Amino acid sequence: MRLGVLFSGGKDSTLALHYAAEKEEVVCLITIFSKNKESFMYHTPNIEISALQAEALGLPQITKTTQGEKEKELAELETAITEAARKFKIEGLVTGAVESVYQAERVQRICNRLGLWCFNPLWKHNQIALLEEFLEKKFKVIISGVFAYPLDEKWLGKQIDTKVIERLVDLQQKYGLSPAGEGGEIETTVLDAPLFKKKIEVLDNTVEFKGNSGVFIIEQARLVSK
Amino acid sequence: MILVVDMNWKKDSLGFYEFVLPIVKIAKTQDECIVKHFLEITNQDLSKCDSIVLSGTALKDTATLSQPEKFRWLSETEKPVLGICAGMETIGVVFGAGVIRCLEIGMTQINMMNENPLFYAGFKAYSLHSYCVKPSGDFEVWAKSTKCVQVIKHKIKPIYSVLFHPEVRNPELIERFILLSKS
Repeated sequence: MRLGVLFSGGKDSTLALHYAAEKEEVVCLITIFSKNKESFMYHTPNIEISALQAEALGLPQITKTTQGEKEKELAELETAITEAARKFKIEGLVTGAVESVYQAERVQRICNRLGLWCFNPLWKHNQIALLEEFLEKKFKVIISGVFAYPLDEKWLGKQIDTKVIERLVDLQQKYGLSPAGEGGEIETTVLDAPLFKKKIEVLDNTVEFKGNSGVFIIEQARLVSK
Repeated sequence: MILVVDMNWKKDSLGFYEFVLPIVKIAKTQDECIVKHFLEITNQDLSKCDSIVLSGTALKDTATLSQPEKFRWLSETEKPVLGICAGMETIGVVFGAGVIRCLEIGMTQINMMNENPLFYAGFKAYSLHSYCVKPSGDFEVWAKSTKCVQVIKHKIKPIYSVLFHPEVRNPELIERFILLSKS
């Protein structure tokens, strides 16, 4: 089955892509650039890096920009998926949804209208087990956004490793924080993954932090041999 | 021992992670669990398990509905069975109920029609189906949404069916089914 992956470049959509590629044929990525930094649907920091990730994966990418108004942003998504179906003959779509019924039902409705299969291979997976899977599979994932107390600027740019996972589990117990960032507490950027033919090297970055939230912005990056 | 039946269109499919694993995760909190694809169920599996859960599938996956002969064991078994979504539709087909088009996606209000041991009042649940069951006289209707029948129970056999996906927001319903099967 030819599949498109709804791809943000964060850890979940990249892992979902790996699951999909093990079972079916992934033929393109679909990425939505939201101008609303608080979008309910789409991961936002460093989404521009997804072009480099697509190149690393050797997959074509369809991109659309949305203003990020709550329901209107879905129209752009539908346009992008329609384009993927026309250009790359996809028969189904894959998302990295884990817990969000909000995201899942909206994508399911679009796929249903377009006659496409819809797969969410990380659906309801244990969040700690997912984090550990990134380590086992040797993903290089950095924290590129923090949006909840007590996460502060020290977390930004950190690579997810055993120590980071332990601290996230600790924060889950103390503050009820979702360890995999399912409540939007954390956003991530994948710099390397098993299916990447090259890895991403960050050459320059800036950090913005205000109140209880901040982002690690990759200003310049390139692909290098693994 | 709980037998979880993978109802996806093929063994080892991409739908397995989404529709089977979450059920297994809940079932394992209650008892030991084995997972088999519907094309590979043996008499030995059926005899060694205490209860059986039939998984749901992707919205476009209707493979089991065209293969009711693979589920003849459903009308022969005395073991408690819980059919979820495609599982419910398949039970309907096996027992001669109608299966008609009915689309519901997302959180849905489930209204209780009859007192029963699985739930005690109405509740919200995650729906993902493009068909529903028009139950035959063999079944009692336990719950409905505004659009269709959501929960049925065979009048004689311990066969229960839910159209929504309890593994998403109502895991207690699967747990109660397993406890009920043990009693």
